[in-house]
Amino acid sequence: MKTLIAMLAMTAALAGGDERKSGAHFMGASTQAMQRDDTQNPAMLWVGDGAALWTATAGQGKSCAGCHGDATVSMKGVAARYPSFDTHSKRVINLGQRIAQCRQTRQDAPPWKPESRELLALESYVALQSRGMPVAPPGGPEVGLAAARGKAVYFQRMGQLNLSCAQCHDEHWGKRLAGSTIPQGHASAYPIYRLEWQDMGSLQRRLRNCMSGVRAELPPYGAQELVDLEAYLAARAKGMAMESPGVRP
Amino acid sequence: MARALVTVPATAKRGEIIEIRALIGHAMETGYRPGPDGKILARDIIRSFSCRYNGEQVFAAELHPAISANPYIAFFTVAAESGTLEFKWEGDNGFTQTETARIAVT
Repeated sequence: MKTLIAMLAMTAALAGGDERKSGAHFMGASTQAMQRDDTQNPAMLWVGDGAALWTATAGQGKSCAGCHGDATVSMKGVAARYPSFDTHSKRVINLGQRIAQCRQTRQDAPPWKPESRELLALESYVALQSRGMPVAPPGGPEVGLAAARGKAVYFQRMGQLNLSCAQCHDEHWGKRLAGSTIPQGHASAYPIYRLEWQDMGSLQRRLRNCMSGVRAELPPYGAQELVDLEAYLAARAKGMAMESPGVRP
Repeated sequence: MARALVTVPATAKRGEIIEIRALIGHAMETGYRPGPDGKILARDIIRSFSCRYNGEQVFAAELHPAISANPYIAFFTVAAESGTLEFKWEGDNGFTQTETARIAVT
């Protein structure tokens, strides 16, 4: 009996352990080194641009720094809390959309296109300020609802290959898809510099990439479906350390 | 102008072997890829990189279309004397960029 209880306790302890692994865990040593070392990480080129944009005035002569001050202080932990509910537009938005909204409504400046160099630069700079901090999705019913809708998308089979996100990233992580190892799909390093793209990209670009891989219809950038999925991924990665701006193969 | 990041140790001992790193933002368009309209995109690459240490060339490289975007070049040299390292990238369409870094040798 005692052995049985001990065994049960052990199983419970194992089940309680965190089996979540960042995408960086599945990369080669040289790619890991590239992410770890800022002098090698190409994303730092975007961070440099972002730091310059932070203090540059736009539109009506206001800069980000004019309201928010020093980003290394004011933006600490901010990226870890997105997607968040926006009381202005009454919907859940991601960090890129938040920056775009601030630019349009506060700076009165022309909007940047999704995935534009400027937007990714500012997003990388803001996200860097949360590096090492735990992913901390905000509470609240709206974000919870978005995450629940996102979860449904995550488990929904889609595309001509009829695959769901979960079939690869929950059921077959660690195995291979052609030459690449399937990671668990934790979105804690975005925006990322992806070697395959030779470019910086947002989480939405990566999600659309996967969707095109299973030959599904691609939601446009900014679609609520993608933001919901981001909200679910944030809930799923809650407590994991932010690596932004990451490098991925 | 492109953004470049050069990493040089601020101080070194005379005779010490030091690592220099240079990363620059550049598309390195190969000249072989079709664009969205199916037409081949014109080649636009960095063709040469050089590093001068107090005027003397200590490292140089020729770059070709197979080199990735945002090329990263790391190399070693011997810390001879205090002074300036000048990095120069040159390429298609008149691309040229220079960065400098100072090193104090004791």
